[in-house]
Amino acid sequence: MNGKPTLRQSLFGDSVRAFGVVSLIFLGSLAIAPAKNHFSEWRHYQHGYLRMIRNRSDANTLQRHFQGGIQQIWLPDLGVVDRCTSCHVGLQETSLTDVARQPFRPHPAIPHKSEQFGCTVCHRGQGAATTVSEAHSSTLAWEQPILPAKYIESSCGQCHRGSLPGTPVLNQGRNLLSRYGCLHCHNVKLPDGSTMKPSDDPPSLSHVADKTTREWIYAWLKDPQAYAATATMPNFKLSDDDARDISAFLVANSTPVAGDTATVSVKADPSAGGTLYGESFCASCHAVQNAAGNLVGGDVGPELTRIGNKVKPEWLLAWLRNPRVYDAETAMPHYRFNDAQLATLSGYLQAKTDSDLLTNVHLEPATPQQVAHGMRLVSDYGCASCHEIAGIKKPENFAPDLSRIGSKPVTQLVFLPGMQHALPDYIATKIKQPRSFGQGLKMPQYTFTPPQIDVLTTALLALNDRSATLPPSLAAPATHESDYQPAGKAGKLMTDLACFSCHRINGHGGDMAPDLTWEGSSVQRDWLAQFFKNPGTLRPSLIRRMPRFNLTDGEVTELTDYIMTVYQNPAIDRDALPLSGYPAGQVELGKQLFYGKYACQGCHIVDTKTDKGYIGPTLTQVGSRLTAAWIYQWMKNPQSLRPATAEPNRAMSDDDARALTAFLISQKGGKEVAKK
Amino acid sequence: MTRFDLTATHVGAAAPGCPADRNSAVALAVAVLFALLAAACSRNDKSMLVPKPAAFGAALVESSGGKQMAQTGALLPQPLVVQVNDEQGSAVTGSLVQFAAAPGVAFDPPNGLSDSSGQVTTNVSLGGMAGRYQLTASTFDKSHKKVELKIEEIALGYQQILGRRLNDQYCERCHNPESTVERVSNYDNLEIKPHPFTEGDTLSKMSDADLNAIIVHGGPALNKSALMPAWGNTLSKSDIQALIAYIRAISDPPSPAAGPVYAKN
Repeated sequence: MNGKPTLRQSLFGDSVRAFGVVSLIFLGSLAIAPAKNHFSEWRHYQHGYLRMIRNRSDANTLQRHFQGGIQQIWLPDLGVVDRCTSCHVGLQETSLTDVARQPFRPHPAIPHKSEQFGCTVCHRGQGAATTVSEAHSSTLAWEQPILPAKYIESSCGQCHRGSLPGTPVLNQGRNLLSRYGCLHCHNVKLPDGSTMKPSDDPPSLSHVADKTTREWIYAWLKDPQAYAATATMPNFKLSDDDARDISAFLVANSTPVAGDTATVSVKADPSAGGTLYGESFCASCHAVQNAAGNLVGGDVGPELTRIGNKVKPEWLLAWLRNPRVYDAETAMPHYRFNDAQLATLSGYLQAKTDSDLLTNVHLEPATPQQVAHGMRLVSDYGCASCHEIAGIKKPENFAPDLSRIGSKPVTQLVFLPGMQHALPDYIATKIKQPRSFGQGLKMPQYTFTPPQIDVLTTALLALNDRSATLPPSLAAPATHESDYQPAGKAGKLMTDLACFSCHRINGHGGDMAPDLTWEGSSVQRDWLAQFFKNPGTLRPSLIRRMPRFNLTDGEVTELTDYIMTVYQNPAIDRDALPLSGYPAGQVELGKQLFYGKYACQGCHIVDTKTDKGYIGPTLTQVGSRLTAAWIYQWMKNPQSLRPATAEPNRAMSDDDARALTAFLISQKGGKEVAKK
Repeated sequence: MTRFDLTATHVGAAAPGCPADRNSAVALAVAVLFALLAAACSRNDKSMLVPKPAAFGAALVESSGGKQMAQTGALLPQPLVVQVNDEQGSAVTGSLVQFAAAPGVAFDPPNGLSDSSGQVTTNVSLGGMAGRYQLTASTFDKSHKKVELKIEEIALGYQQILGRRLNDQYCERCHNPESTVERVSNYDNLEIKPHPFTEGDTLSKMSDADLNAIIVHGGPALNKSALMPAWGNTLSKSDIQALIAYIRAISDPPSPAAGPVYAKN
């Protein structure tokens, strides 16, 4: 042997040496697995948790609850294998509310337990992963990252198909989907087999030339929000020529409605217009922009700020006289105005104009080519998806189906440059700027605010595979609106007066005014008849009230009879308790209970001199209005009669309830209601 | 995430020390160069996003958008508007305002130059945890000293959102002295005035058990007025818990049981 041995010689010089070295390498590589396990992230966090709780006063309890090692929630029914609790150790510890550091914060109080639903059912992400990045972010093998907190209510919507008190964002998102016309073009099939229905009612355009001018249609098509900021019609970004041709077609295609050109010979009294508008409670449904630029009024009907620019005077008169002639389905009541009132109100509305709106619109008479081109555009843009247009069929499946949009694979999406590659961002951007995704896209531009885009995205993310394939036992179905319709002559009258636009009966109708399902058990007949003739106010602070419809005596009798006979609560015999003749002692006891023990004057007024309560209805005439049996039942359990009432259930004894009934029924009011 | 990043740096730092042949050393050098370049570029990008101020103010004031409430993770209903003023208190145009807050809070845009009325507007979405968030708006004065303005916003969790709904339905009309167009306050009509829920000084003297007792059994339970009715038969236990969580969340100054405050550090 000459010189120093080479490295190779010293390691592999003879077979024993070589065997030893190879064994060492082999043992070393074997140690990698346990080392990897030892240095794993979840272990790091568990050590961190133990260090954190060591010095707390509740350390013993927390230590006892702590379980080391990989934790897993396995729910075969839901396909859930969630190991999130391996790092999120203190998830169930309610005493850790002062801890702000993740992953050790306890879960906020919610109605569900994580043992029952796991974590990824609500939060998405990859449940089986045991590293931070794999669990939270999307990887090549897993494209569902953690759902941003602002969309979290979409997960509630997977099982809960109806609105929940705890999910305002989801509820609002679903409302917007229905209200802003999304569902006219996009199909949304719900897991229970039903189809999501739009709640708006876009007007028919078959007779539009009766109602408005071609110039207005042109201006509206170019920018609906320039006419009314609250308009739900989106902007189709039409060129001047396209808007000209569509307006030409719509006017040429329009057929007149008989009786749509009313005239009245009475002179209008312009000063009385505002009063009549107020007295008729038009503002309950229609909004008008005031001088300060704020909208005042409801959103059931269209905004009227510039109505004078839109409607033709003779159409407006005919509409106010009886809106059902032009549109049989309208939510607007038939007010039975007399000619003087018609002239006053239409004159008042006609004056609501914006001089700038139509000044720059000058349209030459339409050529047949333009009309034909307009018709083609109307078909192309799917106008008939929302509007009824004579001669144009409502297109089927005009826009992509959204029934499972919340599970759409990211690989199938086209993203804009600079956009985060995640489904929620795609949906939100698509709603925000639909046309930015390519040339020739038809989806119009909406004017949603950023919070509105977030709530819409939330509602759409709830429409996903998990929701569609949920075990039926977990689905919480929505209560669908009933299709209740009152029968007979009174039923026709109630439709004519559009009672259901505001009132709800047997699960059908609006929520602006009281539910009338049990009105016949609640009120006295004479009061009801009087109320129809002259609807007074029951609640001093209310700005939306029942309008006066100028009903004839015959109509009042018809309605009163029907309500008193049909709308009765089976649990209340309205004649069980008398309307008068209670012993003075009982009345006095009731008075003491009213002002003392129950302090009802905080919300109600019985004596206008001393009481000031503004929340409940005024009770000065309650003895002439309500039946004693209803009052008694109301005292015992108000929520059994009106589930959403703010009146607290006081768990009154029978004696207290009877005494209060005696006291209240003695409040007949200063002027007696006219007896028939 | 942080831990993941740390391991990455560790690997990067250890690599040059490893025995390796020439080729891999060259590859390594190239990789390090690329990494440095990428880091430099990203820093460049960031500085390109921040506009150059044209003027400097002396003070920052809040114009609107402070003390708002929103659901966790959601956008505040109104944007946050701050104004840059000079020593005399008049608006300064073109000075740079930057917004910052705890992780999870997002600003759109995160910075901006003040407009002709000295104002900068940003849309704020709060973090995913319920609690109070302290936002910081900052600008530089002429001597390049940082001028800061602290603004507080409240994020409501599931329970508090539920509580807010119950509050609006049952409590607000008496306990909130302010009237709106839709809701006339009953506060002034009451002989004995109820405590507005924002009164942190009063609320911090009451335990959750006290609040629960007065809601369940009414005012007389704590020797207070019968004008506060008993809600124990109307609201469920969890309803009342939610209400208390909400009341604690909105009280001002915060009552002690209000939960953590998310400041920047």
